[in-house]
Amino acid sequence: MTTMPETVVPDTGPADVPPVPSGGVRWALVDGWTLTRRAVAHWVRDPAPVVFSLVFGVLIVLMFGYLFGGAMRVPDGGEYREFLMPGMFTMTMLFGVGHTAQAVTADLDRGVIDRFRAMPMSSAAVLIGRAVADLLLSAVSLAVMVGVGLLVGWAATGSAGEFAAAIGLILLLRFALSWVGVYLGLVLTGPSAVFGAQTLEFPVAFLSSALVATGTMPAWLGVIADWNPLSSTATATRDLFGNPGVGGEAWVTQNAVLMAVVWPVALLLVFFPLSVHAFRGLRG
Amino acid sequence: MGASGDAVVVAGLRKRYGGKNGGGLDGVDLVVPHGTVCGLLGPNGAGKTTTVRILATLLRFDSGRALVAGFDVAERPDQVRARIGLVGQNPAVDEVLSGRRNLVLFGRLHHLGAAAARARAGDLLDRFGLSDAADKPVKHYSGGMRRRLDLAASMILSPAVLFLDEPTVGLDPRGRAEVWQAVRELVGRGTTVLLTTQHLDEADQLATRIALLDTGKVVAEGAPGELKARLGGDRVEFVVRDRSRVADAARAVARLGTAEPTADPDDRRVGVPVAAGATALVEAVRLLDAAGVAVDDLALRRPTLDEVFLHLTGRPADRVEVRK
Repeated sequence: MTTMPETVVPDTGPADVPPVPSGGVRWALVDGWTLTRRAVAHWVRDPAPVVFSLVFGVLIVLMFGYLFGGAMRVPDGGEYREFLMPGMFTMTMLFGVGHTAQAVTADLDRGVIDRFRAMPMSSAAVLIGRAVADLLLSAVSLAVMVGVGLLVGWAATGSAGEFAAAIGLILLLRFALSWVGVYLGLVLTGPSAVFGAQTLEFPVAFLSSALVATGTMPAWLGVIADWNPLSSTATATRDLFGNPGVGGEAWVTQNAVLMAVVWPVALLLVFFPLSVHAFRGLRG
Repeated sequence: MGASGDAVVVAGLRKRYGGKNGGGLDGVDLVVPHGTVCGLLGPNGAGKTTTVRILATLLRFDSGRALVAGFDVAERPDQVRARIGLVGQNPAVDEVLSGRRNLVLFGRLHHLGAAAARARAGDLLDRFGLSDAADKPVKHYSGGMRRRLDLAASMILSPAVLFLDEPTVGLDPRGRAEVWQAVRELVGRGTTVLLTTQHLDEADQLATRIALLDTGKVVAEGAPGELKARLGGDRVEFVVRDRSRVADAARAVARLGTAEPTADPDDRRVGVPVAAGATALVEAVRLLDAAGVAVDDLALRRPTLDEVFLHLTGRPADRVEVRK
């Protein structure tokens, strides 16, 4: 137990630092990066959640690859696990939404966000820090998944440029989905609401071409699944990795690479402003 | 409105919460001069936290005006934020990071350079007696240490005005004493403090002036001594040894009083409000002796803030209304 010092230490603090005008893209990015580093420091000090999420990614590949995989047939012909991996990459990006929302809610509960809000810093920075940190974590988990994929017989047969483009599309989707998570974390009050929202991740993931060809679904359901943003990214990356695809004549399937850019950008355009607005709206 | 020498000026501040009526404000007026400690005292739901959150730019309000460090809270929240520190009811430090990492983080977010933020963190850890634990994660800190770190984090830019919302809630007596000492030290350096508390002794310990808040209004305001004086000043109180002599004792001291004595036969306690404290005490001893009444615990008492609160609001301060 420490005690207060007896002697008065002269206050040599930077009391004369001129107040910085808040707002501005520069401070949003600088402060955002400071908070990204905070989140990364958390993972280093307390790696359990990161390890669990990586293990979850590996397990789900093994489950779908080996437990259900035997029953699956790929429309283009070819090995199911080759078809599966791009869908897995895409699906785990969706599962990040819940983690993002949880992290936002936890900070709100702890009062740290109140301190940030009462400081002369950019109001978008807290959210940007979260989204960028989660993007970094997703990049790590994607690398692990790619490694697992190679071990279970998946391979990318396209060029290095196509491979990089596919990875870029997957991470773009993750970044866009982070803002969905940030928004949900801000508007859903309490951990139980966030948990409730998380249970919707599976239906959203299954109602896409991530795991099965949408042609095997009832026609109307197949149309919905075709238009699921996850389907666009899964189909586009199958194409870029040179893996067997779902086939299908739908416009959205034929233009999957385009849609794998359009969907995330659209999500960003909607959920970034909504999130910033909700963050400011905490002023009630 | 308000002299430029005032750190906080609040006029006619109103805030309604939709649906609930607890915690809203119904026209709060408050002035806190520079370099003073104002204690905002009241039960749960009186509007203490609401007032602080509005002044710290965390909450909008419906009408009225609020200036902090000379800037309008509604119009220039950015300027206000650059001049305030806030210690809320929930610990607003990062539990996972060390104390030092916390202060460096907050320094960086105040846009200090990396070296300046590290130097400032070191200074503050020294000043708040946290140097020994500086590199331990905050989750291993005691409650008092955590609050001191919270205070340190609020002092990165040496703010002109510091808001403390129930700074010792949930602390043991030792933790409270540590926080009180830290607050006194800050005030000694010229920081203006607005402090909310439900603990009357805390306001008594720290505040130069007290504003008593009840159902969203300031119902009384003044130095702790002034508020107590409103109850009629001092009282002579004693316990009569023999229960059957309680009435005799009350009669004996009646002529001392500025009002009728109170006598409680059950706990044998007699009290009488008096004007001239010390003289009255000597006189009481003489009168009781002359009447042949033996007493214990004869004392001159100043009213407690509890009694002030009861007197001004008609309710005891500790009748906590749970409206959260």
